[in-house]
Amino acid sequence: MVPITTLHYLVVAAALFVLGVVGVLTRRNVVIILMSIELILNAVNLNLVAFSRMWGNLHGQVFSIFIVVDAAAEAAVGLGILIAFFRNKETINVDEIDLLKW
Amino acid sequence: MLPMVELTIFALGILLIDLMIPREWKWLNAVGAFAGILFATVCVWQIQHTLPHGSIGFFNALLVDRFALYFWYLFLASAAITILMSARYLDIEDEQHGEYYSLLLLSVVGMMCMAAGIDIVLLFIGLELMAISIYILVGFLRRDRRSNEAALKYLLLGAFSSGIFAYGLSLLYGLSGSTNLAYIARAVSGPRAQNPIVIVALLTTLVGLLFKIAAVPFHQWAPDAYEGAPTCITGFMSVAVKAAAWALLLRILVFGLLPLRSIYTPIMVFVAIATMTGGNLAALTQTNTKRLLAYSSIAHVGYMLLAFVAMGTSPYGSPAFADGFKGILLYLMVYTFMNLGVFAVITSLRHRNVIGDEIDDLAGLYSRAPVEAVLMLLFLLSLAGIPPAAGFLGKYYIFLSLIESQHYWLAALGVLYALFGLYYYLRIANAMFMREAPAGETARLPISLAMRTAVGVAALATLVIGVFPEPFIRTVNWSLGIVR
Repeated sequence: MVPITTLHYLVVAAALFVLGVVGVLTRRNVVIILMSIELILNAVNLNLVAFSRMWGNLHGQVFSIFIVVDAAAEAAVGLGILIAFFRNKETINVDEIDLLKW
Repeated sequence: MLPMVELTIFALGILLIDLMIPREWKWLNAVGAFAGILFATVCVWQIQHTLPHGSIGFFNALLVDRFALYFWYLFLASAAITILMSARYLDIEDEQHGEYYSLLLLSVVGMMCMAAGIDIVLLFIGLELMAISIYILVGFLRRDRRSNEAALKYLLLGAFSSGIFAYGLSLLYGLSGSTNLAYIARAVSGPRAQNPIVIVALLTTLVGLLFKIAAVPFHQWAPDAYEGAPTCITGFMSVAVKAAAWALLLRILVFGLLPLRSIYTPIMVFVAIATMTGGNLAALTQTNTKRLLAYSSIAHVGYMLLAFVAMGTSPYGSPAFADGFKGILLYLMVYTFMNLGVFAVITSLRHRNVIGDEIDDLAGLYSRAPVEAVLMLLFLLSLAGIPPAAGFLGKYYIFLSLIESQHYWLAALGVLYALFGLYYYLRIANAMFMREAPAGETARLPISLAMRTAVGVAALATLVIGVFPEPFIRTVNWSLGIVR
């Protein structure tokens, strides 16, 4: 058995981060884009908690709790705006969100 | 008491009082919000005169230095002018709700945290508090599709960039074992700057910051969000939110990651040139005033990035460094007043069935509102950087710092693009003075007293800063701790 080091956590977090970024850039459904953003924030949390253990202090865990709060607020506002949008336009596909452009 | 606490109390108070007042008295919320801003300003003034320079509080998270105080005054001034612009506009849109003012005050709280934070946790929370409040304000016209769409786009891209930014911050914590910028600076200095994780942390942080100041290639959200948002919020976003993003950028890159500047300055050269080019060229062909001003504000970010390049390539504390820093701070102050003035005039065009954000809607403004039209010309000339107005002063220091750090090519390019700017600003002026007002729209514009005050204050500031720059230059020197 190989002991799990900080590096392992970092690799998982980096994979999550890349998945999130690719999701945001390629998916066309707003809800899935919001989920991909959550994925990025979870990668951040994993990083912070792993580093917190590595350094033996709690700064990282405090930061990660703040990020959880922030992710919740962002998701709430995001879904609220999405519902307001859906009421007027009946779509959640970003390709059809095309009123504003030059 | 800290001004942030005061503003938060007022923001929550407005939400409560909003429930109790009947519909036709809703404008009282604006009065409440304005009172909140005044109280906070007095509080900042007291802090300035009682606390010693550079006091640190809240577990080393908050540094109240003159840099922070300077930005605090700037945010409060732009919020006050925005409130004056908003009251009538929201009545016309039939969206006069207390939440608007409450969110405006909360976003100012976030901005203050961004300007004063030296701990990445506080900086990030301040950023998000501001950003989330602004997402809602952009979508505040619930029944307007363009407003919905702008809010959705801004939210998706804003949250995405915050995520990338947070990833960078988490790596910086990992490198230093501390969330404090001073410790982070120590951990990334010297030979450790070659560590690949340092590079990844720097790049992700930089992408987040460039997104927030709307620099090319991360600017796509800006024109959409600016066009769809309520006009007064567009004005607020283009000055206060931008100033806060710059405060955050300077805090992180200059106060925290200065040891890495040999890595990020070359990137900034590229970004500055791309931003000036993209902003100025795209603005040339716009027909919507708000969208044109969005691209012009991207171009202005490009000029400020030039000053940042001059700072990054000259030794810390040298004249070029100081003048570059001064250029950015001065530019932000000047830009606050002139751009808010422009948006105040555009906001006042909104009446009954006219949205007023096309250049055509400005046609014949001189015959419909002569005072506003002349002041608008002043703001536009100031934005273009014509000498008697304040905009010239900001550009002067930026180009001075470029020449002092021997970036002659960049300075020449900046001047060339300023000429482009003159063209599209004068297109607006042309519509106001040379064209006839459309039929049926020839009556005098009904402009409220609050709006006149907002335009007047902005015009006065633009003119006074341009004609008597000494005290303002001294203020900026003071905020940087330079005595000259």
